[in-house]
Amino acid sequence: MAQHKINYLSEAGLPVALTTVDKLIQWGRSNSLWPMTYGLACCAIEMMATGASRYDFDRFGTIFRASPRQSDVLIIAGTLTKKHSPFMRRLYDQMTEPKWVISMGSCANTGGMFNTYATVQGADRIIPVDIYLPGCAPRPETLQYALMLLQKKLRTQSASRKLKPKRLV
Amino acid sequence: MMRKFTQKKNAQKKPYYTDRFWVAPQVPKEEVNSDEIFAKDLEELKSNFDIKDAYIQRGQLVVYIGANENVEVLTFLKHKLEYNFLSELSAIDWLEKSGEFEIFYQLLSTSKRKRVRIKFFIKQNREIRTVSKIYKSADWGEREMYDMFGVIITGHHYMKRILMPEDWYDHPLKKSYPLHGDEEASWYEIDKIFGKEYRDIIGPENRDSSRVDENDTYNFSRIHHEVPFGEKPSSKIVETDYQEDGGVFLVKSLKKADSVTLKERP
Amino acid sequence: MQKVNRLQPFFENLAFEREDDTMIINFGPQHPSSHGQLRLILELDGELVTKAVPDIGYLHRGMEKMAENMIYNEFLPTTDRMDYIAATSNNYGFAHAVEKLLDLEIPRRAQTIRMMLLELNRIISHLFWLATHALDVGAMTIFLYAFREREYAMDLMEDYCGARLTHSAVRIGGVPLDLPENWITKLSKFIDKLPSDIADYEGLLDQNRIWKMRLEGVGVITPEMAQNWGCSGPSLRGSGIAWDIRKEEPYELYDEVDFDVPVSTTCDSYGRYKLHMEEMRQSIKIIRQVIAMYYKTEPEIMAHAPQYISAPKEQIMTQNYSLMQHFVLVTQGMRPPVGEVYVATESPKGELGFYINSQGGAYPYRLKLRAPSFWHTSLLQELLPGHYLADVVTIIGNLNIVFGEIDR
Repeated sequence: MAQHKINYLSEAGLPVALTTVDKLIQWGRSNSLWPMTYGLACCAIEMMATGASRYDFDRFGTIFRASPRQSDVLIIAGTLTKKHSPFMRRLYDQMTEPKWVISMGSCANTGGMFNTYATVQGADRIIPVDIYLPGCAPRPETLQYALMLLQKKLRTQSASRKLKPKRLV
Repeated sequence: MMRKFTQKKNAQKKPYYTDRFWVAPQVPKEEVNSDEIFAKDLEELKSNFDIKDAYIQRGQLVVYIGANENVEVLTFLKHKLEYNFLSELSAIDWLEKSGEFEIFYQLLSTSKRKRVRIKFFIKQNREIRTVSKIYKSADWGEREMYDMFGVIITGHHYMKRILMPEDWYDHPLKKSYPLHGDEEASWYEIDKIFGKEYRDIIGPENRDSSRVDENDTYNFSRIHHEVPFGEKPSSKIVETDYQEDGGVFLVKSLKKADSVTLKERP
Repeated sequence: MQKVNRLQPFFENLAFEREDDTMIINFGPQHPSSHGQLRLILELDGELVTKAVPDIGYLHRGMEKMAENMIYNEFLPTTDRMDYIAATSNNYGFAHAVEKLLDLEIPRRAQTIRMMLLELNRIISHLFWLATHALDVGAMTIFLYAFREREYAMDLMEDYCGARLTHSAVRIGGVPLDLPENWITKLSKFIDKLPSDIADYEGLLDQNRIWKMRLEGVGVITPEMAQNWGCSGPSLRGSGIAWDIRKEEPYELYDEVDFDVPVSTTCDSYGRYKLHMEEMRQSIKIIRQVIAMYYKTEPEIMAHAPQYISAPKEQIMTQNYSLMQHFVLVTQGMRPPVGEVYVATESPKGELGFYINSQGGAYPYRLKLRAPSFWHTSLLQELLPGHYLADVVTIIGNLNIVFGEIDR
């Protein structure tokens, strides 16, 4: 979200062609964001509900994939514990670029109510997060909104963006 | 500078207000004779084992036995007295008070519809024998007890940590272990994933879950107040040029006027 | 900036290459059908599982430790996150245990409301179980259908307590609110419709060849095994042992309602599937009876015990002493008597027990959560060997394990 107005003229040499390609690529990307089926705790149930009949995530072009190699979005749905954290980092590393991360729920954002020895105090200690989603557990509508925000974010960016110095990467 | 004194043996939270004159009432302990089935069971137990204490509390029999007899007592209870389920077992930390752990086994008999709690005390660093050969459910129960309290169990086929990672330091449910974990615990994931040298880059854990750092533009950006990555935040409203504003190819935008609000779900 | 990834293989302790013909595979903790964060280390001979070592703890959040640092009322919302599919049953289990410790009398209206919520949660949980289990086995239609019905039940829960998933709908001493307007009408509408939906699922699954082939004779839990491993709930009744805590050690008003305890003697996954379906029907039967009972009750919904429970809101707002009492109870917490209780309730998954050791302070000295799924997961060590790899998914789905309560 830190990204903003794009000045296509100054960023790339071929204004007309590139903007079109940029828009086209980002339009394609933003409408086929494939998240990974990565349920950690309670929020995973709401994530499933979002994918199920009433909320129907598929209409955003979001199809859950079981493999990190095929997915673009990592939804951290639930409490991230210290025992699990290396696994999550590994899954994130296995995802191919470009990739985005939605931190779903208070536990993933800050550790939430589980302010104990066993929980990671915010998943952003391990991997960079694009969108933080409040709630315990966030309603399916919230997850939909987060995804729409992510789409919006994508559409403001140029497709050939350089890898930004994200923290920890 | 003197370091502030903190209680090491019990690091749990204390109420900030204590009433000196408060005498806590007791949950009544009834005589075992008040229940026929329990009285009979206890009679049989007494004739075979050394029973330290026994009473009924809230409808369940509580029996204190010797620490070295746990296997025999449980075998007897299972095979002779028809207590066919071991529903729970765990420990209670009394290290601060007497340097002991209190172990309890919660048993259930489906034929008698009765629940019994077998308890005993062991000193710290003393071993107890496994009961997982009598009740298989004790298999994981004992592993959890070891993981959480460090109670050493002999004869178990796979005595390893179960809930915490293998390389975890200390046993978290001991009263001396603070809720937020020790030094080792707070850096666990950083050490494991990035290595100790990244402690400085990532920084210590922030345990205040209600913190909002608006000035942190590395990690956060406010909608309509976006600034480039890592620059100072501004209160100026930024009109972002989203593609949506002109309409997205093939994606229809919702017209509020056309939407219908239902009074009730069909 | 990080240059090399320091992560090393986690499986140093496992010998992947061995002299014999067995192969070791690592299943989870991120696996779509591991129902959370179960990691299984399976030793395979061809496709047959010869040894299974479940590895849990990936969702251990230290709830028992939290309980020791919290007043009793503070801990109640934490229990939501144990079995997050049927949160009210956990709230109730904890509230009931504390009430037993305090020896409280609960008003009859609160009891009827609790029973409605508990049974509604049982339906939610069983529908969820069916949906995910069927999805794992390959019947995606059931997933979509069952989630549709579940949403209706979730709406009812939301109408009552405002939350979809983490309800906290029960308080120590009663319930926070009376039923909202028209709630009973909506509930009746839902339970009138549900039997035909269950019949739909059964029509799709009962005689379905694939469903039968994948479930029949798979995951046989013999009665001896079930007793030995401490099974409870549907897993126990699926082994032919008719033990339902609602029936045997009745709490609330379960001794006044008429319902059957379904038992399956086939001991396999298919029998447990039929059992879950029948349990939903029994829950509907219970709710119908409780609705009739609800109308005959007095409007009181919280127990009267000024030492432990705050007075009703109107009283707090109008009477000085009640306000003071409320202030003390909120800031310092109640102080139960010295003693210990172990109270078991029948949650949708099985026997949910709370062991509370109180030393007369505002915080529990020790609180042990006895979660049914924990013991069912330990059973996997004995249940999985001898099955094919594809059956592993069936068995995990069928046992109805939830990681929030296994790891706590």
